[in-house]
Amino acid sequence: MSEFLNMGGYAWYVWGSYGVTFLCLVVEITVLLKREAKT
Amino acid sequence: MKWFWYASPQTFYPLAGRIARWCAPAAALLAAAGLYIGFFVAPTDAQQGEAYRIIFIHVPAAWMSMFIYVVMAFWSALCLALNTRLSGMMAAALAPTGALFTFIALWTGALWGKPTWGTYWVWDARLTSELILLFLYLGFIALRAAIDDPRRADRAAALLAIVGVVNVPIIYYSVQWWNTLHQGASVSLTRAPSMAATMLSGMLVMALAFWMYSIAASMLRVRAIIRERA
Repeated sequence: MSEFLNMGGYAWYVWGSYGVTFLCLVVEITVLLKREAKT
Repeated sequence: MKWFWYASPQTFYPLAGRIARWCAPAAALLAAAGLYIGFFVAPTDAQQGEAYRIIFIHVPAAWMSMFIYVVMAFWSALCLALNTRLSGMMAAALAPTGALFTFIALWTGALWGKPTWGTYWVWDARLTSELILLFLYLGFIALRAAIDDPRRADRAAALLAIVGVVNVPIIYYSVQWWNTLHQGASVSLTRAPSMAATMLSGMLVMALAFWMYSIAASMLRVRAIIRERA
């Protein structure tokens, strides 16, 4: 498991990419659903 | 298809809702499958080790960033040529998602550039033209927001989108036209892909997931725009 998370020493680059992408999509979905609820 | 029937925002509204309801779960399933292939099936790269796994979001996001812009310019052209209300709304609904994928392509590219090229950023043709794409999206969004009358805002922004579409082939061919750190296309319609089959399939499944996500997000947004303008 920790070997998987370590990504062969590239953890910051790989998880930094996936993490920010995930965060971006979550933010967009949240904004859209809030807009959906409001109007 | 009754194209002109659906060209009216009111009749398109329920259809957009149905499309979003199908595409959203499809995006989630495809993303789960793509991530599984990307992390557990695709082998470690001989040269780049695990760092290459960024490819499964970087390349699909970069494809989406360019493709969404072309679709946005297409709707913008319809908006100016036919002056239909829905076309301007569609262009407006696509812009934020396109900007998002452009940012993701740049961000993941920077994090991939550091371990492979030794730098997060370099002002070369591919990276600079992709950054210009981000500015075009932001300019489109800002211009629309700056004009109060929505129909005039649609037309002004449409003009910007059409002029800016010239940047898309520049991004695509930049790796051939100029010397650049960025590698050439790994996947092309004219020759066999230069990568392992499992890597390629993971990338294509993720690309499909981003497609479905983009359709669902833009359909939800166009519904919001229709409601807010009604």
